[in-house]
Amino acid sequence: MTPTRVKFYQTGSFAVGNRLLPADLRAVQSDPTRTNSLTSGHRACQGCGEALAARYVLDAAMRASKGRLVTVNATGCLEVFSTPYPETSWRVPWLHSLFGNAPAVASGVAAALKAQSRTDIRVLGQGGDGGTVDIGFGALSGMFERGDDVLYVCYDNQGYMNTGVQRSGATPPAARTSTTQAVGPEPGNVFGQGKSAPLIAMAHEIPYVATATIADLRDLEYKVERAMALHGARYLHVLVPCPLGWGSTAGQTVAIARLATQSGIFPVFEAEDGVLTASTPIRRHVPVEEYLRLQARFRHLFEPERRADVIDRIQAAADHNIERFHLLSGEG
Amino acid sequence: MERPFAITLEVGSSLANHTGAWRTERPVYADKLPPCNDACPAGENVQRWLYEAEDGHYERAWRELMRDNPFPAIMGRVCYHPCQTACNRGKLDEAVGINAVERFLGDEAIRQGWTVPVTAAPTGKRVLVVGAGPSGLAAAYHLRLAGHEVTVRDAGRRPGGMMRYGIPAYRLGRDVLDAEIDRILAMGVTFEPETPVTDAAAALADFDAVFLAIGAQLSRRTDIPAGDSARILDALGVLRGVAEDEPPLLGRRVVVYGGGNTAMDVARTARRLGATDAVVVYRRTRQRMPAQPFEVTEAEEEGVRMHWLTTITAAGNGTVTVEKMRLDETGFPQPTGEFEELPADSMVLAIGQDVDRSIVDGLAGVRVDSGVVQVGADMMTGVPGVFAGGDMVPSERTVTTAVGHGKRAARYIDAWLRGRPYQSPARPPRAAFERLNTWYYSDAPATVRPRLDAARRTSTFDEVVGGLDEDTALFEARRCLSCGNCFECDNCYGVCPDNAVIKLGPGRRYAIDLEYCKGCGICVTECPAGAIDLVPEEP
Ligand SMILES: Cc1cc2nc3c(=O)[nH]c(=O)nc-3n(C[C@H](O)[C@H](O)[C@H](O)COP(=O)(O)OP(=O)(O)OC[C@H]3O[C@@H](n4cnc5c(N)ncnc54)[C@H](O)[C@@H]3O)c2cc1C
Ligand SMILES: Cc1ncc(C[n+]2csc(CCOP(=O)(O)OP(=O)(O)O)c2C)c(N)n1
Ligand code: SF4
Ligand code: SF4
Ligand SMILES: [Mg+2]
Repeated sequence: MTPTRVKFYQTGSFAVGNRLLPADLRAVQSDPTRTNSLTSGHRACQGCGEALAARYVLDAAMRASKGRLVTVNATGCLEVFSTPYPETSWRVPWLHSLFGNAPAVASGVAAALKAQSRTDIRVLGQGGDGGTVDIGFGALSGMFERGDDVLYVCYDNQGYMNTGVQRSGATPPAARTSTTQAVGPEPGNVFGQGKSAPLIAMAHEIPYVATATIADLRDLEYKVERAMALHGARYLHVLVPCPLGWGSTAGQTVAIARLATQSGIFPVFEAEDGVLTASTPIRRHVPVEEYLRLQARFRHLFEPERRADVIDRIQAAADHNIERFHLLSGEG
Repeated sequence: MERPFAITLEVGSSLANHTGAWRTERPVYADKLPPCNDACPAGENVQRWLYEAEDGHYERAWRELMRDNPFPAIMGRVCYHPCQTACNRGKLDEAVGINAVERFLGDEAIRQGWTVPVTAAPTGKRVLVVGAGPSGLAAAYHLRLAGHEVTVRDAGRRPGGMMRYGIPAYRLGRDVLDAEIDRILAMGVTFEPETPVTDAAAALADFDAVFLAIGAQLSRRTDIPAGDSARILDALGVLRGVAEDEPPLLGRRVVVYGGGNTAMDVARTARRLGATDAVVVYRRTRQRMPAQPFEVTEAEEEGVRMHWLTTITAAGNGTVTVEKMRLDETGFPQPTGEFEELPADSMVLAIGQDVDRSIVDGLAGVRVDSGVVQVGADMMTGVPGVFAGGDMVPSERTVTTAVGHGKRAARYIDAWLRGRPYQSPARPPRAAFERLNTWYYSDAPATVRPRLDAARRTSTFDEVVGGLDEDTALFEARRCLSCGNCFECDNCYGVCPDNAVIKLGPGRRYAIDLEYCKGCGICVTECPAGAIDLVPEEP
């Protein structure tokens, strides 16, 4: 299933709003009364994709839960930039405990609400890729296998950004981080390591797993809404470019996420009960190079000379995704 | 303050933290000049009226259009639409069918009987417009709207100029022509038909200002040796005869000499008058023809045959002699000495028109150069108070250019009558294709206008090209990318990670909250229309 696409109204449903559409067909983000769950004054870098995604996700979840939502946040940029004492940017009930235990805390909140018969209140756990894919992974897997009634959202900026851009299990091969320097014959992060949290989540056969990016708002909002309509353990993995860690221009944050999807390097799909149910087709296919070039973390692939060997390997990964998730198979 | 259980701290909001202080650049909304507007000879704000049409506000769209051009229905039929040639969407798939939408709006206005009220206070100033062609009528319209008294004198029986006596009915239906002209006359313009003005200087005595728009109505001749019995006509005469319901006898085989739109119209008219064989002879190549490609195609569809690279050397009884040409290295046609006889009951000359300059003979200050009257940027001739426009001045010689001249002249005449300078509005920077974020536009192939069957076209003067129905016109309007101008898609409002874009409500667009805007520029990149610029903060 994919979000309802409006056939043709100038910008169709590509843009956030579109004055030609009735209000109920516009994005939550176009609503002047949206929650603004993460409000102004937060200290995220200029053009932070994670800050943008968090508002997108939580505003949609707030609409879906009619405002009855509790959020649990892992340590990481999202937590640090939003809540320096004595301020908070959150306009939703929000809890923070540790770096590695957000899924467990979320499970606990869900259990407590259940004990109080407050099943009308929904629980959303969230964290960065480090907190989710690495240190929090045990807690997350537990949450999945028990089927706790939590939607867990990972904001994947492909590294430990808050502490100075260290490699995580979600860092892509060849990327330079402070712990995978661009030196030696195979500069940057090594090939053949790391993991796909969405695919592992699918292996738990939980009701809902999906990937999304900040480049396709309607798709992201649809997935939050869909996830909120279900119960049990659900997982949403959102790609969020990080201008600081990726070495990209702040104004290009959304554009880079779009190139990630249009090159196939980040497949956008949906799965229910462990089965792939839909993928978002590529609309304007581009070679991965167009995506890589905009990011200083891959600069060593182009300077001092072009590393065709490495770029080809990344391209092969993108091509593999295209095949595996049917990203170029016409209308989706 | 009483705090809930286990809450020990006062909750402070991050709104206290004004992140706008981080900014080194700021986003600024700009209204740029879309290429369509830039290219329109009548200076229409195309993007703006398409915007109104996009949500079905046809009357608002029409009124926006009427600010610049009183002939939407005529434009939608005869304008060569340089706007579409310039349209940015042409770089994406195909240009927006601006002209087709314009026609829809014009026709809708006629159906609905929309009119433009004269609301300006009467100025008591009297302006004489000489010539009721598109230029004169457009000037009359704008001058009336400005509150002046306008008298239009024309040598002909009916108003319209070449729109009536040149352009055939199969391209411009007469009901449409009449409706749009009558609407102007009904605004209180005094029209005096069959009143040729021979002396502009004399007219100046009775009026506060004069606008000359007499067109280029003299058919050019050429000296082709011709036998006594050769039947040679000029194109304007033929077209005028048809327009006056007194079609000339052309015979079955007609040879037309020339390669412009007039030649095409005469040949196509000949077919409709019963010529079995209509041949256009032109000395250059198809590519060099001044006629529009679509006119050539339509003529060919109707069975008109073309002889490129050919000149006529003699006209005799029932034949013309033609000589083949060839292009020399400089691309100039040169005679080859190869001759051919073409059967011809008549030969029609369509080799250009000249301006009858005698009207300005009495005005010593008026400069005539290259056969046309010279005017300044304000459309004024060398004589104060005497303005001129349309085909009689340096011009592209199209209806739309004539209309644009009429508008421009009216603006300057108005200022001149009020004794103050006219300030034309500043031109914003052009909305470049490169600044659009085309990702956000739906894929939408252009629509095609219905056309009359070729078989039926040679037997009637019915309009060849049909109009769009409402659904199709709406679809076409919505293909517009709104280049360089906000169209309220909410993208900036959505994509700001800092909530620093304020949505002001329908029709009011947005504002940047500079208290919080960090100047990341995502809104600038993601604005589909490229309507936001990032400008450096003053240090
Ligand atoms: C056959 C043909 C087809 C064309 N097709 C197109 C087309 O498809 N699209 C397009 O854009 N352009 C077309 N054109 C060109 C277009 O018609 C002219 O550029 C336009 O009409 C010029 O407008 P105007 O007001 O300057 O002059 P005109 O339209 O020539 O009007 C001048 C008016 O002045 C009157 N007049 C002349 N002398 C006097 C006088 N001494 N006193 C009083 N009145 C006088 C005339 O009677 C006439 O009514 C075509 C031209 C021809 C000949
Ligand atoms: C147990 C523990 N180890 C290390 C840290 C330091 N730490 C805080 S945030 C962070 C990285 C966060 O990375 P990620 O989860 O990807 O979030 P991001 O900042 O990239 O959004 C680390 C290592 C900690 N807070 N707790
Ligand atoms: S380091 Fe990256 S994730 Fe963290 S606030 Fe900056 S841009 Fe956002
Ligand atoms: S897309 Fe619209 S605004 Fe842009 S040039 Fe074409 S008609 Fe004009
Ligand atoms: Mg991270």
